[in-house]
Amino acid sequence: MTVLAGVRKGARGVVWFLKGILGEDAYEKYVAHHASECETDAAGAGRAPHPLMTEREFWRDQTDRQDKNPQGRCC
Amino acid sequence: MGASSSTTEESTALKRIPHDLAVALDPEELDAHDRQWTPLKIIIWSAISLLGGLSWVMLAVVRGETVNAIWFVFAAICTYLIGYRFYSKFIEKHIIRPDDRRATPAEYKADGKDFAATDRRVLFGHHFAAIAGAGPLVGPVLAAQMGYLPGTIWIIVGVVLAGAVQDYLILHFSMRRGGRSLGQMARDELGVIGGTAALIATLVIMVIIVAILALVVTNALAESPWGVFSVGMTIPIALFMGCYLRFFRPGKITEISIIGFVLLIAAIVGGGMVAGTDFGQTYLLLDKVTIAWGIIIYGFIAAILPVWLLLAPRDYLSTFMKIGTIGMLAVAIVIIRPEISVPAVSDFATSGTGPVVAGTLFPFLFVTIACGALSGFHALIASGTTPKLIQKERQTRFIGYGGMLMESLVAIMALVAALSIDRGIYFAMNASPALTGGTVQGAVAFVNSLGLTGVNLTPSMLTDMATNVGEESIVSRTGGAPTLAVGLSHIMQQLVGGASMMSFWYHFAIMFEALFILTAVDAGTRVARFMLQDSLGNFFPKFKNTSWRPGAWAATAIMVAAWGAVLLMGVTDPLGGINTLFPLFGIANQLLAAIALAVCMAIVAKRGLFKYLWVVALPLGFAAVVTISASFLKIFSTTPAIGYFAQNRAFSDALAAGETSFGTAPNVLAMEAVVRNTMVQGVLSIVFVVLAIIVILTAIQATWNAYRKNSSATSEDDAVQSQIFAPAGFIMTPPEKVLQAEWDALPVEKKIKVKGH
Repeated sequence: MTVLAGVRKGARGVVWFLKGILGEDAYEKYVAHHASECETDAAGAGRAPHPLMTEREFWRDQTDRQDKNPQGRCC
Repeated sequence: MGASSSTTEESTALKRIPHDLAVALDPEELDAHDRQWTPLKIIIWSAISLLGGLSWVMLAVVRGETVNAIWFVFAAICTYLIGYRFYSKFIEKHIIRPDDRRATPAEYKADGKDFAATDRRVLFGHHFAAIAGAGPLVGPVLAAQMGYLPGTIWIIVGVVLAGAVQDYLILHFSMRRGGRSLGQMARDELGVIGGTAALIATLVIMVIIVAILALVVTNALAESPWGVFSVGMTIPIALFMGCYLRFFRPGKITEISIIGFVLLIAAIVGGGMVAGTDFGQTYLLLDKVTIAWGIIIYGFIAAILPVWLLLAPRDYLSTFMKIGTIGMLAVAIVIIRPEISVPAVSDFATSGTGPVVAGTLFPFLFVTIACGALSGFHALIASGTTPKLIQKERQTRFIGYGGMLMESLVAIMALVAALSIDRGIYFAMNASPALTGGTVQGAVAFVNSLGLTGVNLTPSMLTDMATNVGEESIVSRTGGAPTLAVGLSHIMQQLVGGASMMSFWYHFAIMFEALFILTAVDAGTRVARFMLQDSLGNFFPKFKNTSWRPGAWAATAIMVAAWGAVLLMGVTDPLGGINTLFPLFGIANQLLAAIALAVCMAIVAKRGLFKYLWVVALPLGFAAVVTISASFLKIFSTTPAIGYFAQNRAFSDALAAGETSFGTAPNVLAMEAVVRNTMVQGVLSIVFVVLAIIVILTAIQATWNAYRKNSSATSEDDAVQSQIFAPAGFIMTPPEKVLQAEWDALPVEKKIKVKGH
């Protein structure tokens, strides 16, 4: 039982790491950031809230930003 | 536990955190923990030192008939651990002086996109994937002609004292400046002249690096229908992945990467079936010039296509392959432990007549192996995306210094793979066609004429190996990639599949390298295009607008033409190509390192840290001496094999004397090509060295001014109070564990407090 739980935890760790390296968690991070920003705005920053991008919009926006701001890959 | 308020110079503005929890450990407590040598710690570090010392003795002193590859791995890992634990800590304490109470750009500029705090372990992987490419795989292979020891020492010692130091400093300095690029920092620290020279040098160097990487791929794919098929298939696979992510399942990156990986493997297997068919022999058996043109056209199209269609998906594939293959090779080397029968130091190290790359150990070893020991290109990455993603200041040591140590380990494994193949085969593969005639007989005659002890090459060794790896021929497959692929397949087949799998592993390795290089070519062209547009924009303002199509296409075409010309020069070079051009690649990369270190020196000096300036001055001095003397040899040497202008003179004299063949050039046309190529290479060498000298001089001047004024100025962004906590290294230290547990115990709604605007 504990071995199984350990394996499961390890596997979850590997998946988390892989997703992180490939950047799959970018949308989640964006949503979390957006939520925390809304919270501070609601607390009285008095700023018009940014609309939350849908997942599809977010990924389009992400590659469009890469188009405008290319990064080198090393040799 | 709370952050004390007066231990570092920046602390005045930073108070304890508004929450009840600290965002940083007390520096004094940290220091105390570091200094506390428990018996267990002493035992562990003594064991690491002993094992490392023993490994170095086995490599450098014992030097038996053969030496086991495992000693390379142990020597490397133990030295890295010691360097990381002691030297990088020293640098952290005296130069970097991180302050975890300061928010990083990922926190105070957080936008959830470009600036986003990223888990340190994930960011380590990101950063490693961005810095490690084909470079650490190719350089050590070429340097193996000097024996195993010089390359090993330079890779391991070089990274600890130079390469990792550069990456660490640049990453930290850029992070303290909101993620500013190397070019901007050069301008800030060195003024207009130094900054402009650094910018031009970066652009020229980028062109050279892209050209020579493309040359490596060209050499690997020429006369190889299998390689052309499987590498060619990466394009439709990437296009498919791009469309899948764009239109079908946005964001499912891992899923599509696994699908893409399966398709890649299918493409490799398919290549084996197609290669022997009429179709393969007629349409895919291409010569170098055709392949080079293919890459040039591809490079232009790839660089103007939107990122989502080709670059982004290939990036995912390349990251996936990189981490998987490097891990696999590491496991294989540890399990197989190949015996290596190459001499520690060969005669070529002192005579400078090696057929792979000309020149003696000093300075040419240090420019042949750039990536893996000291790579200036990393400064562009370390001042690009990574500093914008760091969670906490103290993590830069793990990511910057640690990430470079990982790349160095890759270089060591590439060296081991190249050393594990038969030396006769090694030289037959890496001597230029000008020396071997490109035939099995020619190669056997040439290699055996070198008079290497223990080397007795027979024609059947070459033809058998070619059959095993599924190639028409392995003679004069220069560039390093095919040699590494043979080495990797030689090691991997002992672990999985046996001799019948060698051809698969060979093409797997070729594909893996081609994937990195094509991504680097595409991305490099894009970056260069933006730099060019930015410069042209000063004269023609319209160029500044990077989404103006005609401008973008024109700038892309100019950059592709620039590296394409160097690439074509390399493939048609009657003298061989790689052996004349590779030194230029290394010199360019090391000069960029000298520029980056010069910027670091100016920053350190301006902060008034003269006592520890040597940490930067040492690698800077070394890189400067190596690259400037290598450049001078390339410019002024009277030995035609080394000096570009000496070669130029020899061939022009021969032409003037009315000769119709000279040296390895069989006709007047080839002789004229040599005259042209050597002139271009010589002029490029002059441009590089002049620009680098300007940058270094301006840095010395900035350092001197700072010394005279007793400066403690800083060009950093203002300190902002951090609101989050995260551990610094891969493993949490006991004090970090205590604080982390307190943070973990916070109720969810209080946890994500990114910033109050």
